Order: sequence, then structure tokens, then C-alpha cells
Amino acid sequence: MVPPEQIKAIPVRHYGRYVAAAVVIAILVLIGIAFSNAKINYQIIPDYLTDGTILSGAWHTLYISVLAMVLGLVLGVILAVMRMSSNPVTSTVSWLYVWFFRGTPVLVQLLLWYNISLVFPILNLGFYKNEMNQVMTPFLAALLGLGLNEAAYMAEIVRAGIQSMDLGQTEASHALGMTQSRTLRRIVLPQAMRVIVPPTGNEFINMLKTSSLAYAVQFNELIKRAQDISSTSLAVVEMYFVASIWYLILTSVFSVGQYYLERRYARGSSRNLPPTPLQRLRRYLRMFGSFRRPEVTR
Amino acid sequence: MTDLVKDMTVPSSGHPMVKAEGVHKSFGLAHILKGIDLEVNAREVFCLIGPSGSGKSTFLRCINHLEKISAGRLYVDGDLVGYRQKGDKLYELKEKEVAARRRDIGMVFQRFNLFPHMTAVENVMEAPVQVKRESKSAARERAERLLDRVGLGDRKNHYPAQLSGGQQQRVAIARALAMEPKLMLFDEPTSALDPELVGEVLDVMRDLAESGMTMIVVTHEMGFAREVGDSLVFMDDGVVVESGHPREVLANPQHERTRSFLSKVL
Repeated sequence: MVPPEQIKAIPVRHYGRYVAAAVVIAILVLIGIAFSNAKINYQIIPDYLTDGTILSGAWHTLYISVLAMVLGLVLGVILAVMRMSSNPVTSTVSWLYVWFFRGTPVLVQLLLWYNISLVFPILNLGFYKNEMNQVMTPFLAALLGLGLNEAAYMAEIVRAGIQSMDLGQTEASHALGMTQSRTLRRIVLPQAMRVIVPPTGNEFINMLKTSSLAYAVQFNELIKRAQDISSTSLAVVEMYFVASIWYLILTSVFSVGQYYLERRYARGSSRNLPPTPLQRLRRYLRMFGSFRRPEVTR
Repeated sequence: MTDLVKDMTVPSSGHPMVKAEGVHKSFGLAHILKGIDLEVNAREVFCLIGPSGSGKSTFLRCINHLEKISAGRLYVDGDLVGYRQKGDKLYELKEKEVAARRRDIGMVFQRFNLFPHMTAVENVMEAPVQVKRESKSAARERAERLLDRVGLGDRKNHYPAQLSGGQQQRVAIARALAMEPKLMLFDEPTSALDPELVGEVLDVMRDLAESGMTMIVVTHEMGFAREVGDSLVFMDDGVVVESGHPREVLANPQHERTRSFLSKVL
């Protein structure tokens, strides 16, 4: 049989697209011109990016975000399990917690923790007694304010993940003689992770930025440090630029981490996982090295 | 193949493997089971047939206490299901005790319900490792033998999503067998399968029956019931309408309900 002749047609011209592109580029150029003529001292930005004060600020931002997130995650799982328990007291308490911590601003919660000595001047745990002012450092206020607030959001995310599970999974697990708690640990949570991880990654990236509110409780994170410098150097906008660049670096790095984490918990959910960028590179190199067929990844 | 099953289903004593006395079950206002009396003996293949909604799956799920019965008594291997009787009082079993009873009862579901985040072999070894505290290496070795037995030795590292329905159901059977149960419950094991995949699952079940496993099978596969079954019960609207040897009931049904049902499915 003679193969049919290939179609060679003149494609439709999308003139509208050219116009739209031109308009967008023009606007970008105008913004660029405006900023290059603005009173911004761009030369000092690279120097301040690696300034000791700024670096320590970035480090504080990073570790308070991680610690607050860990606190939020642990507490969030507990709250989610409490919320789904058949005990009306625990489920109501969990509901109230989420209602309060999600319903009030984080800034207010931070300030409340920081000023808690006004209502409880002495901290007395029985085995430990101290003045509240000594205990409630900027670090602790930031950790509690950010972490307890995060727990409310994480509780909802974890609950959604657990409730997205097919009932047949728990039934199969119970039928094998596994208890409720083991079913949760071995069967439900690992699968719920696939639903939980993407919004949790979002939460963490939000946390990196929300932690800037901790400047209000004198915690030495990025914004506080940037302001410390600008109060003497008067380079106000430049310092906010420096801080923004650091926020972008941090959020970008964790976005990549999130990709790998999601990939890990997607195990078994699709027939073939997409290769990671690194695997793609290796496979490409290997194909150059030999004529072996590339390995099929699970 | 059959010699791989070791001393399964040795009757502990004279009593039947499953005994139901006037079992009732209601969900709210819906009265699903209206007094079921039956006995399943050890090493017997017991088939439950009937139209959908007749209560056969519900009854099956009562046997391993996935559903609580509302009235009557249900015994597995002489033990009351879900309760302990002291004098004339019934005490609910604790969660751990219920779980311990379930170890001895394997269940295969219509929708397979394999754990999607684990490979075939991990699915099979999960319960032995987690529940029986077997060592991982021993459990894996046994899981591999069981997968061989259901003809899936070469698929052991596949995830459920990478297997066909028939293969998934065979893994599910291996998973239940890994706990070395004395009783196997099958809840319409071939109903979710493409017609051409039904045979491979029925072959595994036939093999299991020949090895002497006590099996209760809710099914629409009349051919399987006729060839493999030792007894057959036809249920409708929550009651046992007719029971007897599969060949007799299927060839010569006594009740009008049975006749009209069989005329539709045969």
C-alpha cells in the first residue's frame, strides 16, 4: 500500500498572541525602567546578602520555621486523632482548639505568649519554678506562637488525609488481626501522607514567611535583622530587598525538597513514577556510555 | 502445590467451625438478617448464594466481627464471636481480643483491598510481622512461597497498581493465608473481575479447597459452587430459604424463590 501523502497545511495565525506578548513585554520594560531610575542603591545589596547579621537572621528564620513546623505537625496529628475519636470530650476540645487558634491572628497569639508574664508573673510547674519573664524568651514566644497556630491548620490537613482513605483499607487491616492503632500507623497514615504532604509543604513555605512576624516579639529573624541594619545605614528598601532574596532562596530550596518527598509517598499510587531530575540526567549519560536500554524505574 | 499448606484446618474438637443460632442484624431500621441458623463443618467448602441485598455478605462480615450482630449467637470454632459469656451475661470483647480472634480467620474482599503503598510480598508479610511478630526474613520467605503458590512468584515486587485484578485478588488470598487461618471467608471474590480473569482466582480457591481449608464463599459462580462446594445455602431477604448439597440444590431447587433466582443466573 502506498503511504498517504503527509498533510502540509498553512497553520492558523494567532495575531492576538503577538499583540498580547507585545503588551506584556512593554509593561515589563516600563517597570524595569522605573526601578532602574528609582532611588535604590543596588550596589550594596550583594554585600549585605552575605553580611553576618543577615546570615544569622536567615539562620534564625530557618530554624524557628523548622521547629515550629515540627511542633505543629506533632500536635496536629494528635489533634486530628482526637477530633475523630468517638469520645465527645476529646473531639470537642480538638474542635475548640482549632476554632480558637485558626480564628485569631498569629500576630496576636505571638504577642500574647510574649506578654504572658503580665497574667502569670511566676511559672510554677511544681518541680520547676521561675519568673515568667526569664522563661518566656523571644525564642519560646516565637516557637509557641507559630507552632501552636500551625497545629490548628495541620490538624485539619491530617484529618482530611485520614478521611480520604478508602474504608476497605481499614477493614482489610482489621480482618488480618491488626488493632486500631497499628492500622493507623501502618496502613492509614502512610497512605494519608500522599494527601497530607502537598498542603504540608505549602504550610512550611508559608511558615518560612509568616515567621517574619516574630520580629514583633524581638526574635532575631530576617526582618528584625534587616531592620536593625537599616536603622543605622538608612538603606531601608535595600535591606527589604536583601531579606526578600533570602526568603526566595529558602522557599525555592524547600520547594525542591517537597518534590522529592511527594515522589516518595506516591509509591504504589501510579504505575510509573516520573524520574527525578537527577535520574533523568544519569539515564541520559548512561545512554551515551552504552547502548543498553535505560532501566525502567518503578 | 497443596503440600505447602501445613496442618491448616485441623478441627480443635467435635464442634463445627462456624455455628449460627438465630442471628439477626439490623442497620437502624433496616432488618438485614432475620434469624440465620446454620453450621459449617471443618474442611468444608460452604457456598452462600442469593440476590444482592439478601444479607449474605453481611452474614459473612459478622463471622469475623466486622459487623456486630443484633441478636442470636454466632460461634467460630466453639468461641462466641465478639463476646464472652459469663453466666447469663454477655461481655463485649476488648479490641485486642477481637483482633486476636480475627487472626485465625482469613478474609478476601470483593474489591481486593490490597495495601497500595506496599509491594505484593510486603502485603503478604505485613500481618505476620506486625501481628505475629515473625522475623522479617522468615515472613518474607514464607510470603514468597505463598506467592509462588498462587502463581505470582515473578510479581512479588510489583505494587498492586501494577497488577491485574485477578493477580491482585490472588495476592489478597496469599495475604490472608499468611496468617495460617483455620477459616477463610470469601466475599464475592470474583465479582469485580473481568470475565477472563475469574478462572485464575477460582483455580487458586479450588486448590485451597483441595488442601482441606474450611471456606465460606459468597459467590455468584454457580459452576464453582457445583464443582467445589460441599454445601450450599440460598439466602433471600435475610433468611435461609434452602440449603443442601450444591449439586442437588442447583439441579433440583425445592423453593419457588430459589428456582426463579437460579433461572436468572444459570
